[in-house]
Amino acid sequence: MGKQTIIPFGPQHPVLPEPLHLDLVLEDERIVDAIPSIGYVHRGLELLVSKKEYAEYVYVAERICGICSFMHGLGYCQAVEEIMEIQVPERALFLRTIWAELSRIHSHLMWFGLAADAFGLENLFMLSWRLRESVLDIIEETSGGRVIFGACKIGGVRRDISPETLRDMCQKLEKLKGHMDRLTGVFLNDRSVGYRLKGIGVLTREDAQRLGAVGPLLRASGVDMDMRRLGYAAYERLSFEPVTENDGDCYARCAVRARELYQSIDLIAQAVSMMPDGEVDTKVLGAPKGECFMRLEQPRGEVLYYVRADGTRYIERFRVRTPTFTNIPSMIHCLKGCDFSDVPNVILTIDPCISCIER
Amino acid sequence: MAMEKRIEIFILTVDELVSRTRSLHDEGYRLVQICCSKVDESGKAVLELDYTFDKHYNLYNIRISIEEGAEIPSISEIFGSAFVYENEIHDLYGVSIQGISIDYRGNFYKTAMPHPFTQD
Amino acid sequence: MSFIAKSPWILHYDGSSCNGCDIETLACLTPVYDIERFGVINTGNPKHADILIVTGSVNHQNRDVLLNIYNQMPDPKAVIAVGICAITGGIFAECYNVLGGVDKVLPVDIYVPGCAARPEAIIDGIVKAIGILEMKHQNMRIKSKWRLRWPWKSELKFSY
Ligand code: SF4
Repeated sequence: MGKQTIIPFGPQHPVLPEPLHLDLVLEDERIVDAIPSIGYVHRGLELLVSKKEYAEYVYVAERICGICSFMHGLGYCQAVEEIMEIQVPERALFLRTIWAELSRIHSHLMWFGLAADAFGLENLFMLSWRLRESVLDIIEETSGGRVIFGACKIGGVRRDISPETLRDMCQKLEKLKGHMDRLTGVFLNDRSVGYRLKGIGVLTREDAQRLGAVGPLLRASGVDMDMRRLGYAAYERLSFEPVTENDGDCYARCAVRARELYQSIDLIAQAVSMMPDGEVDTKVLGAPKGECFMRLEQPRGEVLYYVRADGTRYIERFRVRTPTFTNIPSMIHCLKGCDFSDVPNVILTIDPCISCIER
Repeated sequence: MAMEKRIEIFILTVDELVSRTRSLHDEGYRLVQICCSKVDESGKAVLELDYTFDKHYNLYNIRISIEEGAEIPSISEIFGSAFVYENEIHDLYGVSIQGISIDYRGNFYKTAMPHPFTQD
Repeated sequence: MSFIAKSPWILHYDGSSCNGCDIETLACLTPVYDIERFGVINTGNPKHADILIVTGSVNHQNRDVLLNIYNQMPDPKAVIAVGICAITGGIFAECYNVLGGVDKVLPVDIYVPGCAARPEAIIDGIVKAIGILEMKHQNMRIKSKWRLRWPWKSELKFSY
C-alpha cells in the first residue's frame, strides 16, 4: 500500500466547464476518497424571493441553471399554479411538454459532447455539438432564445407555436434522428470508447437506491423511476416507458442517455399529433397563499421545488433540490476505487451541473 | 381570494424523528430531501425542517420545529444520502446536527458570511 | 500584425454564472460558429493563455481564483466579460453572495452584453480583444525599446 496523497481537482480544470472543487485522496494511482467543497457558484438566489415579486421570479428561476433553464421555470410556475389553483389551458400544457423535451435533447447532446471531450475524442465533441445546434435552432425559432427561453409564465406560456412550425419541427427532428444514429453508434459500439467506459465507476442497484441517486444515473443501475410518470404538463396523456439499463457503469449511463434522445423525439411527435387548439395562457389574479412541493424530471433527474407563500406578492420561502445535489453521494461512491485517469469520465457521467447544486 | 393550500405534513418532535425515519426506511421509503426554512412564529424566529420521503411516487413529509442554534440528531446513519442535506443545513442555517456520517464541519458551502440564510 | 494577434489562446473561467453563457462560449468553439478560424484555441492552462473570458459574476469565493489566474497569464493579456452577470451582476446583483461584475476585481477590456450572450456577440468580442492585444503588444514593444535606450527610465508608464 502506498502513501496517501491529496490532489486538488478544480475549480478551474480543463475538463470541467464549471468550477467544482474536489480533494482527491490517492493511494498510488487509486482514489480512496473524494471530498467535495462547493461555493464557487453559490449566489443565494433562493433568498431573492424576498426582493422579486412572485411573477417576476420566473426569470430568476430560469437562471438557476442555463442548461435546464426551461424546466426550472416550469417547475416554479407549476408550483405557484398549484398553490393558486390555476387551470392552465390544454394547449399550453402540450407546448410546455414540447419545450421540456427539446431541452432534454439539447442537454443530452451537450452531455455527449462533454463526455467525449473528457475521454479525449474531440471529434465526437464537435459532432455532438453540431447536432445540438440544430436543436437550438428549433428552440430559437419557437421561443426566441437559445439557452434561456423565457417561454414559461405563471398561467401558461408566452408564445404559441404555429401548426406549420410544429410540422417542420417534427420533420427536422426526424432528420436529426438519422444523424444521431451515427453519434450514438460511436458511443455504443466503438471499441476504444467502450474501453474507457465499460466497467468504470460501477454503481450497483442497491447502492444507487441507498445513496439516493436520481435520473439517468439511477436508471442506468436498473431502477425504473422517472418523474414524468407523475403526469405533470401533458405527460399524463403521452405513452412512454422509462429507459433503464442494468450494468450501472459509465457505459450504461451513456446508453440510457442515448436511448432517451430517441424517446424525447418520440414524445414530441406524440405531443404534436395530439395538440389541442385554444388559448395558451390565462389571466392570473391575486397572490399565492399556502405551500406545496412540486417534482419534475429534468435531464439530470428528479428535481423538487418547495414554495411557501403567505398571500403577499413576495414568496416567503423557495427551495430547489436539484438532481446533481442528490447525486453527489453517488458520485463520491463511484469515484472511490477508480483510477486517477478515470476521474474526469466518472465525474462527467453523472452529468454534474454545478450552478444547479449551489444555486 | 386564492384559497390557502396545504400539504399533508406530519409534525413531530425532535425526539421522534429518528425512530419515525427508521420505520419509514424499513417500509421502503426513499429520502427525497431535507429542507430548512426560517419562519416567524409570534415574533420568535423558528427553524422548520421538512423531511421528504417518497415511495411509489407518493410523498410523505415530516416537519420538526426547532429554535435557532438548537441541536438535532442526524439521520444519515439510516439514509446514506442525508449527509449532503445535513451539511448544507449546517452551513447555511447554523443548525448543529449530531453524528453526520460524513461531516465536512462547515467546509461544504463557502459563503461570504456564516449562516447566511438566518440573516435578515 | 504580430504573432500574438494571429493565434491568441483563450482561457475560459466560469465565475458564478448560470451556465447559460458558458455553454454559449463553448458553442463558439464548435463547427457552427468556429472561432478557430481566427486562430483562437481554447486552453486550460493560464500560462498559455492570452485572453481571459469570464462568465458570471464575482463572489468572495472565486475572487482569489480569478486574480490568481489573471496573474499567471503572461503579458500582454486581455479580459472579456461575457454576459450581463459578468458586467454588473445582472439578475443576481442583489444576491447576498455576489460582489458584482468582473471589473470589481480585474481590469476588463471588452464587455459582451446579453443574457445569455449570443455566440455571434461573443465572437465579436473576441475579435475586438484581438485588436486590443495587438495594441498592448505594440505598447510593450515601444516600452522595452525605451527601456534599452534609457535604462534608468524603465519606470516610464504608458497608458494603454
Ligand atoms: S448573463 Fe444570463 S445567461 Fe449569462 S450567466 Fe448570467 S444569468 Fe446566465
